[in-house]
Amino acid sequence: MSFLTVTYALIFYAATALLIGGLAWRITLFAKAPAPLKIPTTPAPTTQTGVVLRMFREVVFFESLFKSTKWTWLFGWMFHIGLLLVLLRHSRYFINPDWFWVPHIFWELVELVQPFGIYAGFVMVAGLAGLWSRRILVDRVRYISALSDHLMLLLIILIGLSGLTMKFIAHTDIISVKAFFIGLITFNWQAIPTDFIFLLHISLVATLMAIFPYSKLLHAPGIFFSPTRNQVDNPRERRHLSEWAKRLEQ
Amino acid sequence: MAKANFEVPELKDFIEIPVVTPDTMSHSKPYMAKPEFQIELGFPGELPEDWKDQALDAMGDLLGKYRSLQVYLDSCVKCGACTDKCHYYIGTKDPKNMPVARQDLLRKVYRRYFTFAGKFFGKLGIPEVVGAADFTKDVLDDWYSYFHQCSQCRRCSVFCPYGIDTAEISMAAREIMDRIGIGQKYCNEILGKVYKIGNNLGLPERALADTLEGLEEDIEDETGVKVRLPLDEKGADILLVTPSADFFAEPHVDGLMGYAKVFHEAGASWTLSSKASEAGNFGMFIGSYENMRRASMRIREAALELGVKRIIFGECGHAWRVAYSFLNTLVGPFDFLDPKYPVPQHILEYTWNEMKKGTLNIDKSLNDDMVLTFHDSCNVARASRMGDKPGGQFEIPRNVIKAVCNNFVDMDPSTTREKTFCCGGGGGLLTDDLMEIRVKGALPRMTALHNVIKDNGVTHMAAICAICKSQFTKVLPYYGMGMDQIVSVHQLVSSAMILTGQNTDDDEDE
Ligand code: SF4
Ligand code: SF4
Repeated sequence: MSFLTVTYALIFYAATALLIGGLAWRITLFAKAPAPLKIPTTPAPTTQTGVVLRMFREVVFFESLFKSTKWTWLFGWMFHIGLLLVLLRHSRYFINPDWFWVPHIFWELVELVQPFGIYAGFVMVAGLAGLWSRRILVDRVRYISALSDHLMLLLIILIGLSGLTMKFIAHTDIISVKAFFIGLITFNWQAIPTDFIFLLHISLVATLMAIFPYSKLLHAPGIFFSPTRNQVDNPRERRHLSEWAKRLEQ
Repeated sequence: MAKANFEVPELKDFIEIPVVTPDTMSHSKPYMAKPEFQIELGFPGELPEDWKDQALDAMGDLLGKYRSLQVYLDSCVKCGACTDKCHYYIGTKDPKNMPVARQDLLRKVYRRYFTFAGKFFGKLGIPEVVGAADFTKDVLDDWYSYFHQCSQCRRCSVFCPYGIDTAEISMAAREIMDRIGIGQKYCNEILGKVYKIGNNLGLPERALADTLEGLEEDIEDETGVKVRLPLDEKGADILLVTPSADFFAEPHVDGLMGYAKVFHEAGASWTLSSKASEAGNFGMFIGSYENMRRASMRIREAALELGVKRIIFGECGHAWRVAYSFLNTLVGPFDFLDPKYPVPQHILEYTWNEMKKGTLNIDKSLNDDMVLTFHDSCNVARASRMGDKPGGQFEIPRNVIKAVCNNFVDMDPSTTREKTFCCGGGGGLLTDDLMEIRVKGALPRMTALHNVIKDNGVTHMAAICAICKSQFTKVLPYYGMGMDQIVSVHQLVSSAMILTGQNTDDDEDE
C-alpha cells in the first residue's frame, strides 16, 4: 500500500467523519431549539399539506429567490440543478448495483443521468461564475461578502473545472478510481490513481466535505428548519406553547 | 413642506435602488431608557463592567430558546437577494440598513464566539476572513444604532430563499441589549406605562371615560343618534381592545367612532376596558417574550373580569400580529369565551361580516369627495391573517373600502400585499428622536403614493394601523403632501353609514 493511498484513505475517512458528525450536531441544535411562537411569513398555508407544498416549491424551484432577484435565481438554480445531476452521475463511482441497500430504481436513475451529467458540469460552473460575478460587480453584494464567501466559490469552481478537465482533456483511469472508493467503503483499500488533476479534484472535494457543517453551507439543512417557511398558519386554533414558555405559566 | 435638519429624499417616478454609501445613518441613535424604567421591566439599569460576557451569555440563552435565531444565523449564504428590499436602505443608502448587513452586525459576533470557524480565525487574529468579529464597544454602538433602524416589518423575509427574517434578529439584539442595561427610552418607558396605567399613552381611567363621553356627544351632534362607547361594562358580549391612539389622535379617533357605529347598527353589546385600554404590545418590539406575555395578560384578565364572550381588536398592525399570531399562545387558552368565534377577531372581520349580512345601511356616494388607495400594514400583511383563507388580510380591508367608496385605486403591486413597504415608523421607531430615519424610511411608500396621486387622482390613503396613521400624519408633509390625506378604514365606513333614525334631511336638502 503506497503512502499516497494511505494518506488519501485517511483524509477521506476524516472528511466523512467531519461531515456527518458536524451535520448531525448542527441538525440536533436546530431540532432541539424550540420555536416558541408562530411566525410563518404570511400569507402562509393553513394546513400541513400546504406547508409541504410550500417547502417543495422553495427547495425545488427557489420560489422566494425567484420573487426577489431573477439573475441570482437563474445562476443559483443552474448551479444547484447542475450539482444535483453531477452528484447523481458520480454516485456510480461509490456504489455497486448489487449492494443490497442500493434500490434498483436509484441505479436506473444514475444510469439515466450519465449523459446529462457531463453537460450538467458546465451548467454548474457557469452558474457559479454568474454568482461570483454578481458578488464582485454588484456593490451591495460585494459589501456583504467576506473573504470566505469568495473562497467558497473558488473552491467549488475548481472542483468543477478539475472534474471537467478529467472528462475532456486529461482522462483519468476511472476503473481504478472506482476501485479506490469502493475499497474505502468496504474497508478493503485499493491503490489510488496518481495523476495530478485527479488528486487535486478529490483533495478539494474532501475540503468541501470537511467545512460543510461549519460554514454557510448549513443553508441546506437550515431551510427545512426555517419557522417562517415550515409553520402552519393556525395560531388562533391551536396554542403553540414551547417547553420553556410553559414554565412561565406556573 | 415640513422643516428638517436633514436631507429629505427627493421623490422620483420610481423606487430607485441606491448606490452603497457607508455610514450615512451611523449617527442615528434613539434616547436610552432611564435606569428606573429598565428595572421596572426586569432589566439592569446600566451597562455593567463585564457587559461583553453578559451579552454573550444572553445570546447563548436566546440561541437555545429560539430556533429562528439559531437557524438564521447559520443559514445565510450572502446571496444578496434581500439587500435592496428594506425601505430603510432605499431611503438612507446606508449599507448597514441592508437586511443581511443588519443581521451581520449580530452574526459576526455569533460567528466569533459560537462557531468553530470564528473561534479558529479569531485566535489567529483574522476573524473577518470568515465574517466574524470581536465584540467591541464599537460593535455594540452599531447594534444600538442599526437595530433601532429596523421596523421588524419582515419584508426581507419574503424574498430570502431561506425565509430569514431580520425582525427575529433585531428582536434578539434588542433583548440582549436590554439584558445589559441598554434599553430604548420610547419602547421601555411605554411598557412601563402599560403596566402602571393600562395603555401606552398613560391615559387614566377617568380621562378615558371623559373622552368616550365626548365622542358619544360628537356622534349625537352629527347624526342625532345616541351611539354608545361603553367602558368597563360587565356582562357585555364583546371586549374591544384598540390602540390607545384611537382615543384621541387624528385620524384614529374617527376610526373608533366608526367601530362604535358598526356595533350600534349590528345591535351588539360591547365594551372597552380601562385595564386593557391598549392593543399595542411593545414587548414584541424589544423581543421580550416575558414582557409581551405580561402586557397580554391584561387582556385575558379584563376579558375574565368583564365576563365577555368575544374579543375583537381595533385597527393596528403590530398589535394585530401579537393578537392574531401570539395571544392564544401567550395567555390562552380562551376556553371561557364563545367557541363560535375565533379568538381574537379583527374589527374588519367583524364589519365585513356585518356588511355581508346586510345590517349596515351604506351610502357609498357619501365618500365621493375622495379617491382612495390602501396601505397594507406590514405586520398585518406578512405576520397575520384575517378571515379563514390565506391572504384574507389583503382582501377583507379592500372589500370593506370598496363597499363604502366608489373610487378605489391600488398602488404599484411591487409595494402592496405581501410586498408592501412599512410606513417607516413601525417596530418601536415612532418617536421624535428617530425622525430622520422615519422620514427617509417612508420613501418607497411615499413614492408609490405620489404616483397614484399624480396618475390616478388619488386624494386619500386608508390605513389600518395606529402606527401607520401617526407616522404618515407626521411624514406626509416632508414630502409635500397633506397630513390629512391619511384616513382610517373605519372612518370611511363611518362617513358612508346612515344610522337607523339618523337625521339626514338638514345635510342633504341644502
Ligand atoms: S436573502 Fe437571505 S440568504 Fe440571501 S443574503 Fe439575505 S438573508 Fe442572506
Ligand atoms: S424587517 Fe423590515 S426594517 Fe427590518 S431589515 Fe427587514 S425589511 Fe428592513
